[in-house]
Amino acid sequence: MRIGILLLALLAGNTFAQTPAIPASELRSGVSFGSAELRAMQSDDFANPGMLWVERGQKLWQTPVGSAGRACASCHSDASLALKGVAARYPVVNASDRRVIDLEARINACRTSQQKAPALAAESEDLLALTAFVAHQSRGMPLAVSISDSARAFFDQGRDFYYARHGQMDLSCADCHEHNWGRKLLAETISQGHPNAYPAYRLEWQSLGSLARRIRACLFGIRAQMLASDDPQLTALELFLAWRADGLPVEAPGVRR
Amino acid sequence: MAAGSRVQVPTEVRRGEPFEVKISVRHPMETGFRVDDMGKPIARNTIHEFICRYNGTPVFAANLGSGIAANPYLRFFVTALDSGELKFEWVDDAGERGDAAATLRVTG
Repeated sequence: MRIGILLLALLAGNTFAQTPAIPASELRSGVSFGSAELRAMQSDDFANPGMLWVERGQKLWQTPVGSAGRACASCHSDASLALKGVAARYPVVNASDRRVIDLEARINACRTSQQKAPALAAESEDLLALTAFVAHQSRGMPLAVSISDSARAFFDQGRDFYYARHGQMDLSCADCHEHNWGRKLLAETISQGHPNAYPAYRLEWQSLGSLARRIRACLFGIRAQMLASDDPQLTALELFLAWRADGLPVEAPGVRR
Repeated sequence: MAAGSRVQVPTEVRRGEPFEVKISVRHPMETGFRVDDMGKPIARNTIHEFICRYNGTPVFAANLGSGIAANPYLRFFVTALDSGELKFEWVDDAGERGDAAATLRVTG
């Protein structure tokens, strides 16, 4: 009887997962799975190529754009103070349209509504630069997204996507990043799949790239149908990823293989 | 392609003492061996010439090629006798030029 109750409790725990499958004590940032050279590259602010985008983002931050003639800095006065910790809270539910948005979408929303400028294309140099600059202000701060109230539905959607099997390889995200992290996939060590380094400089890309691009690369790898980079499902998944990495420090701009 | 670079030199150096210069340049360093999504070859575009002058005198030069990764990062040592300006110049296969500069104060 007691065992039955325990089993039920376990089952319930799985179905309505409120605690991440990887406990906080075992959380490991992706960088810890990389080589010593890769870790050195990320930790040295000059060797880290992502900082090229951060510096560019800083310039863009102060440059007025759009018909409103306003720069980001016109409203958000001191970036290092105003933006501190912001990236650690994203994705969030946007108050005006009740949709879940990531940092990139937030920046574009600001551009269209406040600066009266056209939205920047996904993965464009300028959007990556601004995102990297904003995320960089939260470096070292622990990820802490909210999944309560209006965010709950998006969180559930993201979790469902995470645990569902996709593509010709019939794999879920959890098959690699929860059940097999730390083991080898050919020459690579499988990471826990945390989003705390993004936007990150990936050596394979020879460029900075967003979390959406990284997830799409995973979908491509398991031969699944690709989600568009602005698909709400993708942002919901980003929310779930941020939640399961709760407490890991923001590393943006990170460096990955 | 968005241009940009980062330079790091000590603000103050001792006369005759070697110091380290670091520069990283935003550049795709396209090899010429890749094709785009439609199968069309992407033209080679690498920084093929890089030169650093100190008060007009060349102190470091490099010829880069398709074997160098994107966003090249160069480190080298220079010795200065007088205060002045380090100037970096480079040119890529598309003919686009870039430059950067840093000022140095020599003491002792």
